[in-house]
Amino acid sequence: MALEKPYSDVPGTTIFDADMLRKGYHLNQFCMSLMKAENRDRFAAGERAYLDEWKMTEEQKDAVLARDYNRMIWSGGNVYFLSKIFSSDGFSFQYAAGSMTGMTQEEYAEMMINGGRSIEGNRYKDEADNG
Amino acid sequence: MARVTAGVTTSHIPAVGAAIDLGKTREDYWAPMFDGYEFSKKWIAETKPDVIFLCYNDHATAFDLKSIPTFAIGCADAFQPADEGWGPRPVPALEGHPELASHIAQSVIQSDFDLTVVNEMEVDHGLTVPLSLMFGQPDAWPCKVIPFAVNVVVYPPPSGSRCYNLGKALRQAIETFDEDLSVQVWGTGGMSHQLQGPRAGLINKEFDADFLDRLIADPAALAQMPHIDYMREAGSEGIELVMWLIMRGALDEAIDVVHRFYHVPGSNTAVGHLILQNQT
Repeated sequence: MALEKPYSDVPGTTIFDADMLRKGYHLNQFCMSLMKAENRDRFAAGERAYLDEWKMTEEQKDAVLARDYNRMIWSGGNVYFLSKIFSSDGFSFQYAAGSMTGMTQEEYAEMMINGGRSIEGNRYKDEADNG
Repeated sequence: MARVTAGVTTSHIPAVGAAIDLGKTREDYWAPMFDGYEFSKKWIAETKPDVIFLCYNDHATAFDLKSIPTFAIGCADAFQPADEGWGPRPVPALEGHPELASHIAQSVIQSDFDLTVVNEMEVDHGLTVPLSLMFGQPDAWPCKVIPFAVNVVVYPPPSGSRCYNLGKALRQAIETFDEDLSVQVWGTGGMSHQLQGPRAGLINKEFDADFLDRLIADPAALAQMPHIDYMREAGSEGIELVMWLIMRGALDEAIDVVHRFYHVPGSNTAVGHLILQNQT
């Protein structure tokens, strides 16, 4: 029997479940390596070469090089692991989250100050304005 | 005997830690949020707990994907703040309580909750930000801390009812420890927020207000809420709120609300904070 996924109809959301974990294992473990300063330095000195040390897919490596956080998540990345990349780049969670919404950082920050993204219209994919 | 004297819940947003560390707490953006903790700092200075049993989630810091414990209890005598990618937070190391932690592990495991015992672990913002919010910036934390890491990163996290019942087993464990100690149980994380994907930035004030009301007045029913309701209504990272039920399970059914605070936004997140005490 397949795993039950009652969350698959939530718009604009990827739940990091067992299937995503398997898909993203090496991408996320690469992210973990950036918790060490010497690895951050090596990554900064040659990103592609450093990525080639990991058993990641070409799609994942491309997404990292492009800092495309949605593509990283869709290919198995988890945001807490991916935070090691944007932290190494000197960016915050708000910057990264904003980048995934198609808004500028300023627009996203303004939305949060105004109370955040409304739940209305955002519960199910078939009513979604952003999924 | 040791006793559970109070419960605290609070969000544990990393940007809040950065605001404290960089001296930004009086800036216009942050001041209304930090004002909500002024009472709490005075309260905790007066109540002086000996030990805090602090439920939090590790954010890919001590635990990577090699092993994913659902419940992990820190039994070491000290815990260092971790380097999460931008250097460790400039906060003191934590002093643990290995005797009480081991006692709790032994008792709770025998109550059928299979804890992972961790004897070496660094701790991240999930644990240090709540301490900073409640204690400010001391040279040393004024009490001992037992870190209790709950997996809410890899789906599925433990259910609300599992967490609530664990809180009850935890209380029983604490209250059979021989030393005379005042122990607070903290539940951290939440409230509504989503940090990923095109739905990032989700906030649901109605859900949060209802969650606070029910956590106070009707926790056993709240504990039955399925994961999907958290994820759909409170955002994918809103699932952290299950950890608040551990705290609630460790208190009596009827409690006094000492303090309640809610604020939007703390960066990406709705900030919620409660101080609860058993009625005496």
